[in-house]
Amino acid sequence: MKDIACKLLVIGAGPGGYVCAIRAGQLGVDTVIVESKRLGGTCLTVGCIPSKAIIHAAEEFHKARESAAGANPLGITLSDPQIDLTKTMAWKDGAVGRLTSGVAGLLKKAKVKIVEGVARFTDGKTVAVETETGLQIIRAEAIVIATGSAPVALPSLPFGGPVITSTQALALAEVPGRLIVVGGGYIGLELGTAFAKLGSAVTIVEAESRLLPLYDAELTRPVTKRLGELGVKVLTGVQAKGLAAKGGALLVAKGDDKELRLDADKILVTVGRRPLVDGWGRDELALDMDGRSVRIDEQCRTSMRGIYAIGDVTGEPMLAHRAMAQGEMVAEFVAGHKRGWDKRAIPAVCFTDPEIVSVGLSPEAARRGGAEVLVGQFRFSANGRAMTKLDDDGFTRVVARADNHLLLGVQAVGHDVSELAAAFALALEMGARLEDVAGTIHAHPTLGEAFHEAALKALGRALHG
Amino acid sequence: MGEHVIKMPDVGEGVAEAELVEWRVKVGDLVREDAILAAVMTDKATVEIPSPVHGEVLWLGAGLGDVVAVGSPLIRLKVEGGDASAAEAPKIEAAPRAAAAPKPAPKPRGPAPIPTNAPRAEAEKPLASPAVRLRAREAGVDLRQVHGSGPAGRIEHGDLDAFFARGAPQAKSAGLARNDAVEEIKLVGLRRKIAEKMTIANRIPHITYIEEVDVTALEELRAALNKQRRPNQTKLTLLPFLMRAMVRAVAEQPEINALFDDEAGVLRQHGGVNIGIAAQTPSGLVVPVVKHAEARDLWDCAAEVNRLAEAAKAGATTRDELTGSTITITSLGALGGMATTPIINHPEVAIVGVNKIMIRPHWDGVGFIPRKMMNLSSSFDHRIVDGWNAAIFVQKLKTLLETPAMIFVEA
Repeated sequence: MKDIACKLLVIGAGPGGYVCAIRAGQLGVDTVIVESKRLGGTCLTVGCIPSKAIIHAAEEFHKARESAAGANPLGITLSDPQIDLTKTMAWKDGAVGRLTSGVAGLLKKAKVKIVEGVARFTDGKTVAVETETGLQIIRAEAIVIATGSAPVALPSLPFGGPVITSTQALALAEVPGRLIVVGGGYIGLELGTAFAKLGSAVTIVEAESRLLPLYDAELTRPVTKRLGELGVKVLTGVQAKGLAAKGGALLVAKGDDKELRLDADKILVTVGRRPLVDGWGRDELALDMDGRSVRIDEQCRTSMRGIYAIGDVTGEPMLAHRAMAQGEMVAEFVAGHKRGWDKRAIPAVCFTDPEIVSVGLSPEAARRGGAEVLVGQFRFSANGRAMTKLDDDGFTRVVARADNHLLLGVQAVGHDVSELAAAFALALEMGARLEDVAGTIHAHPTLGEAFHEAALKALGRALHG
Repeated sequence: MGEHVIKMPDVGEGVAEAELVEWRVKVGDLVREDAILAAVMTDKATVEIPSPVHGEVLWLGAGLGDVVAVGSPLIRLKVEGGDASAAEAPKIEAAPRAAAAPKPAPKPRGPAPIPTNAPRAEAEKPLASPAVRLRAREAGVDLRQVHGSGPAGRIEHGDLDAFFARGAPQAKSAGLARNDAVEEIKLVGLRRKIAEKMTIANRIPHITYIEEVDVTALEELRAALNKQRRPNQTKLTLLPFLMRAMVRAVAEQPEINALFDDEAGVLRQHGGVNIGIAAQTPSGLVVPVVKHAEARDLWDCAAEVNRLAEAAKAGATTRDELTGSTITITSLGALGGMATTPIINHPEVAIVGVNKIMIRPHWDGVGFIPRKMMNLSSSFDHRIVDGWNAAIFVQKLKTLLETPAMIFVEA
């Protein structure tokens, strides 16, 4: 096969990689992208997008079931709603398919060459790709490693049999009767909640003392409360010890206590993700590492000249939108523009029930940073829109510097608050002060009014709270 | 309504006048009690002058760099009520720059204070929108150097425009261009003092004598001593050895350790050897003095030089530490140079300049061998010291430094 020579080679077509390739192509950089699975990577094919589809389907089904049970205050009644999970999955696959073919179209439009196969570095300038038709050698002036991440397995609970990954959970043909979720981070809670709404009896096993340990307790409280209402059993401070010898069951224990047997049809392990730093010939290179991830600098450059790394392979926070921003930046940098990572905030969203958004610093983190802070919090129970949607649990909270009122962080927990991430991040990125948010007209009746009120409250002049 | 006149305060130490180096207020400003009005400089110390009253500035009595006599009017304030002729000189506290902290301003009522442009802390990122950040990056501008006029010090597009308009080091790219700018800088403070001293020193007919010294043995001794020094001892540099050598040399030539009062026609030969050490500070040259080097041993000299150098760098040298020298050492240290023509620290009559140690080939009669060599560039007041005597003094230093044991052996 004839060798390919190009200016930029991107390894991995996840959200980081494909954005990088599209942007480079738009800028006239001769670009090749290699992907071993499907375009779109974890996010589009087995992560963010399909999980949101399942979460939405579960939500709809759950509402219908509540209506059928006579628990609908809107006066809607239904009888005996059913869900055909194979149809749900087909619908989900359709949505994923539309998005991945959209990515292919965008890459084509940007004149990016797509090579399917597993890439392997042979040296710092050359990559060999095992394609269906043979070995393809690609030489590039610049190479971007965008290999992403993979679910972490527990040594005591290797994947296989009833023990499944999030990827497998998103492709189940039927709703498991009893589902145990090991790991109470955002992935476990999102999927656990969805399956509970689809009808599974769900138990969540978390080794830490509380769920979502990365968020403060105030933010996670409405989520914990809702899990209880959905009948999800939550065991915290408990370790998964392994499969029971006989039959589908998980053994768990609190510290050194006696092991407890939890019967299960499926056991979903979501204890985090690890950067994919192997399988692409890292041994042929001399890359400095930063713990388990590839070390990068302000321009996403690795320790080797001409080799960049973006996205999950560079470590936390492993978020698609971070990878996209890095990919865009690297493409422009390779095209000769002056660029550097100068983002002020990377929003984080949990699509739990209710949803959690966090941008910037929490009050505690801000105080730890030495700042004297003002905090303003506004509950959705006083927000008209939240009330008329029957979901008024949660709040919006702003954190600002006491001396100049500069916003340091914004968080919210509540139904559909994920959409507020845009406003929060924009405010932080623009360097807004409390007065800027307070002085902006927020449309009525919307959830965004809570942002306005929280800012007013921090200034000591709330109107509705 | 009345007028309050503030006079140049007595800044202590029997000083009769002080130089105005900074105005913190201008005519029309409202000042609070204890607010700093101006800074004045005496021989070496800078003192801030606080306002004893609330009032509006009507008149400033001096320009930057003016020397104002103690007791003459410095500033006039319009004050509420009070005696029209009230005049006072504010009391100055002993410690310079330790003016009382202004009382917190009363909390304003009503709307929150808006333009709290709290200055950016050092590690803090400049506050700017993504568009402004991108524009700055593309123009190669470090936003930390740009003043932010927006709320909370936010840098706006207009601030960048202003930065570019000022002809900041923008990407105006290569290309040679004429520069006809002339910037007038009024000499104030230490720089003016230095200029005055140098002008006086220029009246002195200098003779400068340069000699090469082989310091190989001295460097070996210094390294050996440093190796076995106790933790509480300052690391030895070459200076303490030179100081001790000078003490030995001036004992034989007392006219070199002397102050010449040329107006009175009197030469005062000093028994004590007070060695000034010329030191560079951020604001200019100062000469702290190691008092009575004849009574200090090597380690003591080293410790004192070190202490004075640290104080000078921190700007914390006292007046006493900066006066009373009888002879001076000047060293450009690592910057080195082959030779210098030092200017005498008036009214002294001798100054010894140390040049950088370099390894140079030396002909020992059979072949070239590498030796550590250093030049001494010394200047003398030719009215007092003849060339012959200058040479004897420097040759004595050379002998002592080349065979360092002689520095320590009783004569």
